[in-house]
Amino acid sequence: MHMKEFKIKWGMVIDIDKCTGCGACMVGCQVENNIAPMTKKDPYNYVQALTSERDDADNKLRTLTWMNVYEMSNGKSFPEHEVAYLPRPCMQCGNPACVPVCPVVATDKNEEGGIVSQIYPRCIGCRYCMAACPYHARYFNWWDPLWPEGMDKQLSPAVSPRPRGVVEKCNFCHTRYAKAKDQARENGEDPMNLPEGAYVPACAEICPTGAITFGDLNNPEHKVHQLAKSPHAFRLLEKLGLDPQVYYMSKREWVRKQGDNYNAGDKH
Amino acid sequence: MDSKLFPEGVQRCSFGKFMLWTGFILAFFLWGLYAAVLVLYNGIGTTGLDNYFGFGLWITFDLAVIALGAGAFFTGFLKYILKIKQLEKIINLTVIVGFICYSGAMLVLTLDIGQPGRAWFGYWHPNVHSMLTEVIFCITCYCTVLIIEYVPLILEQKQLNKVPFIHALAHNMHVNMALFAGLGTFLSTFHQGSLGGMYGVLIGRPYAFREGFFIWPWTFFLFVLSAVGSGPIFTVLVCTFMEKLTGKKLVEYKVKALMGKIAGTMLTVYIFLKILDTWAWATGYLPSVGLTFDDMFYGVAYGKWMMFTEIVLCGVLPAIMLITPSIRNKPALLYTAGLLDCVGITINRYVFTVQTIAFPAMPFDKWFVYYPNWVEWASSIMIVAYGFLVLSLSYRYLPVFPQERGLNYK
Repeated sequence: MHMKEFKIKWGMVIDIDKCTGCGACMVGCQVENNIAPMTKKDPYNYVQALTSERDDADNKLRTLTWMNVYEMSNGKSFPEHEVAYLPRPCMQCGNPACVPVCPVVATDKNEEGGIVSQIYPRCIGCRYCMAACPYHARYFNWWDPLWPEGMDKQLSPAVSPRPRGVVEKCNFCHTRYAKAKDQARENGEDPMNLPEGAYVPACAEICPTGAITFGDLNNPEHKVHQLAKSPHAFRLLEKLGLDPQVYYMSKREWVRKQGDNYNAGDKH
Repeated sequence: MDSKLFPEGVQRCSFGKFMLWTGFILAFFLWGLYAAVLVLYNGIGTTGLDNYFGFGLWITFDLAVIALGAGAFFTGFLKYILKIKQLEKIINLTVIVGFICYSGAMLVLTLDIGQPGRAWFGYWHPNVHSMLTEVIFCITCYCTVLIIEYVPLILEQKQLNKVPFIHALAHNMHVNMALFAGLGTFLSTFHQGSLGGMYGVLIGRPYAFREGFFIWPWTFFLFVLSAVGSGPIFTVLVCTFMEKLTGKKLVEYKVKALMGKIAGTMLTVYIFLKILDTWAWATGYLPSVGLTFDDMFYGVAYGKWMMFTEIVLCGVLPAIMLITPSIRNKPALLYTAGLLDCVGITINRYVFTVQTIAFPAMPFDKWFVYYPNWVEWASSIMIVAYGFLVLSLSYRYLPVFPQERGLNYK
């Protein structure tokens, strides 16, 4: 399979055994990326008022959660029952299912760093990328974003809010990457060789248990380089051949097994 | 009242009766229009779609009507390129049905995309690797070809045709129709294929993903074949429905049986390959990614019964019925086979759209069942009503059926 190679490959290694499922990463992501809170009433839309209400945050199938935490279970009953939590950002696949299907090149993987981009003003909202992504990492803007009075003051100035009708997704807090490169340039350092910690997405920064490690998978000086090679590391749906840049780690075999389409082994 | 507008030498129902019928259809149309306005004003949050089911009833509806509208390009190809003369008795109807199906599909797509104002980006920023780009190009170009094929029929309306310029224009368009039929065949074959290819390239969706030939997954060819295996017989069904409604014979049975034979032959080739494809998928591809055939199905909504209904009851059975002359020549059996055929193709488009994305690819994820809401139903019904309106007006005022006079008023 043809795959574009990058000198820098930003990636995550998420230690599932450390994750408590607290959801801080989800909150950090929402705030950092200006994801509008779900509000039932739209005071500016009179036609809306005549018909149905917008979705509240209780409709989990309509929420925008670029980072989502899944619960896994070993399926056994007490006292052998075990659960694990699996935070799921966009996998930034090496061979993304979403990129080749987009009819208008609104999403691409062409920038050093290997992050799958999403150009909101280009997206026509056909949702073909959502149909393609097996990780459900892509989210559609079902309603016009609306910030209750006062909350708009918390908007992050670096991130553009998205209009209704486009698909959005995690981009490893790309604006932080741009900022880190700018900072390096200002300091006379090489922006193509950022040290560990110079660029960290919000979810990794906020995680209270340190379950998320972030860095350049190709750079031996970064921790993720080694962690990804750990015998306990695995990637979600490895067998489908999407080649994600997010790795998971667990010492528990049942967790590793569940992550890779039932049976770990040779890649398709 | 409007009898001067009728085609030469035919009878039509009274204007009042026609208005009643039109009013009845308009009621459905307006209901759908209300839903469509809601969607355009409030966004597709008003539908039953969600993050799990980005594709739903609309896409299924689109794919189904486009397959069933394939009678237009395939019959055009047989009539104008392969010169099967008998088909000229039904060719006008196939063009109208094709036009309705394609223009209807485009109307639904306008509602379906989140940013309808950016629909033209498909031309402006095309991704040459995306099957959907090919669909956008071919579907819009082919819809234009269908309009070009439909126009001479309108120009042949009795009163319009009295104007010498219009008469000459219609004649000249007819003379050049083979060119458009050829163009239409090329465009339509490709986008029927790329609609199938759209699903076949979903590497992350084991229900739909297929290995392939060169750059095309198998589904590319299966979709083309299934469309030409159902489109012609769908036109026959539409014609028969119109005959029942109007109480007149519109096309002789021999032509219908010929259309049945054409559809049946293509359906036989299709269903043979479809069975091979399903076998290869279940025993080759699925185990290679750690899955089994049984993993692909769930409950009643996504059960195996649907697959067997599609392939056996609505595939093998109508294929046999349509290629067997003694069965095909009995009207009731021909129509039954035609109905089964069309239902089978619609199920195929449904499972490829909905079951594909309902399958929980992540092992710790779960199956979701999708229900379209009234907004999606109403807007889809609006398209059907639109089809009825176009068809009713065309039948009343345009010379659609060259045999009508001979068959009814001897």
